[in-house]
Amino acid sequence: MRYIDPHIHMVSRTTDDYRRMAKAGCVAISEPAFWAGFDRSSVDGFRDYFRHLTEFEAKRAATYGIQHFTWICINAKEAENVELAREVIKIIPEFLDNPSVLGIGEIGLNKNTPNEVTVFREQVELALEYDELILIHTPHLEDKYQGTRMILDILSEYPKINPERVCIDHVEEHTIKLALDAGYWVGMTLYPVSKCTPARAADMIERYGTERIMVNSAADWGPSDPLAVPEFILEMRRRGHKEEDIARVVYENPIKFFSGSRRWKPSPALSANLEV
Amino acid sequence: MSYQEVLNREFLETRWLILQLAAALDRLDRAGAPKEGDERIDQLRKALNVLNDHEAERAERVQLIFSREYDPNWRD
Repeated sequence: MRYIDPHIHMVSRTTDDYRRMAKAGCVAISEPAFWAGFDRSSVDGFRDYFRHLTEFEAKRAATYGIQHFTWICINAKEAENVELAREVIKIIPEFLDNPSVLGIGEIGLNKNTPNEVTVFREQVELALEYDELILIHTPHLEDKYQGTRMILDILSEYPKINPERVCIDHVEEHTIKLALDAGYWVGMTLYPVSKCTPARAADMIERYGTERIMVNSAADWGPSDPLAVPEFILEMRRRGHKEEDIARVVYENPIKFFSGSRRWKPSPALSANLEV
Repeated sequence: MSYQEVLNREFLETRWLILQLAAALDRLDRAGAPKEGDERIDQLRKALNVLNDHEAERAERVQLIFSREYDPNWRD
């Protein structure tokens, strides 16, 4: 089955991973800007990273027939330094004309601090100013519930936000309903320990349906599996779910959400036989 | 899938998960009790109670046990 991984950090992965993903049916990915494992020391460090995302990764992915999309932002973990964050926010518009950029992301909260809230708000405002899609990281583990509620509170302060242009990512059993009920897209991240398993993601599909839900690997430099989406497909098949329902989650839904970007231009291979 | 089909599919894996849990708790016991209370042990005990009740939404309720409380006045 063809699939899209709507959240994966390929700068941290090898070319062999691209090969294995292509063999497993991956035809497109989207790569949000994130924390690289250490805090960058200057705005130029971010500029180089954004160039990596918008120039180099697209070529590497194309070698295996995978279309590469990306998102630009300063991530929540590095938002604690508000002065540097504001310098980074100033350069983001330089990259918003790049054809592979889908929007602003993954912005959000990490430890739910006041500085993170400040930088999150400023990037929401940037996205509104440039009419960009928004991809939102929600915190990990014990901070997720509180942080997700805070994020929803903040978004509700902006009447101009169209929830259909925002994805709340890394939802789990205690946060998915909050985001769906507010009209947002959601992403379920399949991680070995700290987030969802393929089985629990399938449970949530059975509980909440297939509308406005995507699954992703969020594979990066930590313990993670770039083939997590095919594991989810297998789990759904083993439970007897219809192929069309599985395809809706792993293929059609990402395309539906991404198509809200004015730069969205799927390759012929990606748009073949697509009816969304 | 029917109840019987789900049980057939899940039984061995659930048995394995419970054994993993039991062995982890044994390991903690062998390591001795901490001098001071540890909130995480309380969380584990509360979560185990949820597993053993007969109410729905166990996964969501367990998630909330391991979550910080939300304060609607967080802006203040």
